[in-house]
Amino acid sequence: MGSEQEFLEYVQGGGQVETRDWMPDDYRAKLLKFIEMHGNSELMGVLPEREWILRAPTLQRKLALTAKVQDEVGHAQLIYRVAEDLGKPRAAMLADLVAGKAKFHNVFHYPTKSWGDVGVIAWLVDAAAIISQKALLKCSYAPYARIMKKICWEESFHILHGRDVILAMVTGTPEQFELVQEALDRWWGPLMQFHGNPIPYDEDPMVTWRIKSQANEDARQQFLDGYVPQILELGLTIPDPKLRKNDDGVWEYTEPDWDELKHVVTGHGPKTAERLSFRARVLEQEQWVRDVVLAA
Amino acid sequence: MNDVWEVFRQDRRGTPFEHAGSVVAPDAEFAEAWAREQYGRRGESVALWLVPRDAVHVVDEWADEFDLKYRRVDGYSIKARLKEARERAGTAEPR
Amino acid sequence: MNEQELLSLADDELIIGWRDSEWTGIAPLLEEDVAFSSIAQNEIGHARAVYELLSDDADALAFDRSPEEYRCAPFVELHLLHWAHTIARRWLYEVADEIRIAALKEELPLAAKIDREEAYHRMHAEMWHERLAGSPQFAAAVEELWPYALGMLPASQRDALSARVGLPVVDAVERGTHTDELVPLWEEMTMVRRSAPAGAQW
Repeated sequence: MGSEQEFLEYVQGGGQVETRDWMPDDYRAKLLKFIEMHGNSELMGVLPEREWILRAPTLQRKLALTAKVQDEVGHAQLIYRVAEDLGKPRAAMLADLVAGKAKFHNVFHYPTKSWGDVGVIAWLVDAAAIISQKALLKCSYAPYARIMKKICWEESFHILHGRDVILAMVTGTPEQFELVQEALDRWWGPLMQFHGNPIPYDEDPMVTWRIKSQANEDARQQFLDGYVPQILELGLTIPDPKLRKNDDGVWEYTEPDWDELKHVVTGHGPKTAERLSFRARVLEQEQWVRDVVLAA
Repeated sequence: MNDVWEVFRQDRRGTPFEHAGSVVAPDAEFAEAWAREQYGRRGESVALWLVPRDAVHVVDEWADEFDLKYRRVDGYSIKARLKEARERAGTAEPR
Repeated sequence: MNEQELLSLADDELIIGWRDSEWTGIAPLLEEDVAFSSIAQNEIGHARAVYELLSDDADALAFDRSPEEYRCAPFVELHLLHWAHTIARRWLYEVADEIRIAALKEELPLAAKIDREEAYHRMHAEMWHERLAGSPQFAAAVEELWPYALGMLPASQRDALSARVGLPVVDAVERGTHTDELVPLWEEMTMVRRSAPAGAQW
């Protein structure tokens, strides 16, 4: 048993926490909620993409996209396992998810409309995610930090696959180029919201507990630094006239709609209800399978 | 949970088996089928050890009440004495 | 082994792989979801390998024929929305496929290669079969799918299948015609590809 103050100093000094260690209630609660949201996001992220597995235009793309989505499911498994070991049963997390009681990342609440979306999601959404995931490699909770290594390794192929899909289209027919541009126009808003609204580093409890080691705005800046040049060099335009890097090296942009973000992640995105009810239906339908398989 | 299987994986022949994660499975057969894919579908593992979590005996507390540093490398600081010895022997390195 | 037989094999693997990939993300258990997706990918990989024996352009063969030109068995076309049926098909397919591949191994080196990968599919299918053997849902699914499974193999191989599955040979749903499911499947499978001129890169 320790004190909350000692624990705080320990994690802020780089100390690592294992499953059986004592933790302050607030740390455990915030950690579990964060990890649960991550697991939910991986699982919900599958739904917009899986339709396109069936529609992939070549065998190679079909295999690559299936493998990518398979990885996301694998990540959900890794992440939920960590959360389960913190005390919340998987069935409870899935029940809360489909009941709309738990959050998942904004990007997975939106529809996909074309093969252009497939490229944009694999390239840019996964790029935004990997920035956060790399920062989580330093999470104070060691079991979570450890799975991030496997997750980051697998995500790196997703980004390459996504970029390859985009490149094939932007060097293809004018219609294919337009598909990419149109998808980018729709996804730019959610991408800018992805890392969350700016919270000062020392006011973010997730940072205080060293669960996160990177401030939201830093993640966003890193994303813009890495990917705006890569997007523009393909001849694509970004639908934000205010987007520019100022003389201090800081990206300026139109302030994202933080109300929209809040509205979406609390379960009111365009596709939220449909996707959750689909998951709920499948879960219920196949409960008997879990009962038979997991019976002693 | 009584159906968690710990997964240890080996990168290449000769390297240590390292803990990689866990799968929830009713028996060794399911654990194998699932761990093969979760920890080996990219050819990233040459071997796996699957162990029911209950079979893992955890040891994570130690008593270190008395100073037993003499038997560890970090219990020795030879820098100062080595410098003195070299100066005496005239073999000290020029600065 | 003639081209029609090879195409039947490849089309079976493509379509069952396509059907099995429908479960990616929604399988009843997360761990199974990952494993099942690998099996689907392997099947499609096998299809590709066989298409490559027949053509320089495996994609053209996989996607650019009209539905009537596919040689797949009705068995693999069925759109199965419940796990009991999906896993029953998986099991019946693997048992039948083992018989089929054993007969091919001599003339087709690729068959031996496919067989080595299928060994893991068979282990997986058998594992599920054992676990669900006592469940009414699984038993009912096997019964329903049985005539279709028989139709996957030529008549000369059906006794072997019957012996392994433990059900008597009955009238099969024969290869040679297609179910109503194939056209919608084909339309979805090819909709992106058909949206660009032939030869477009993706």
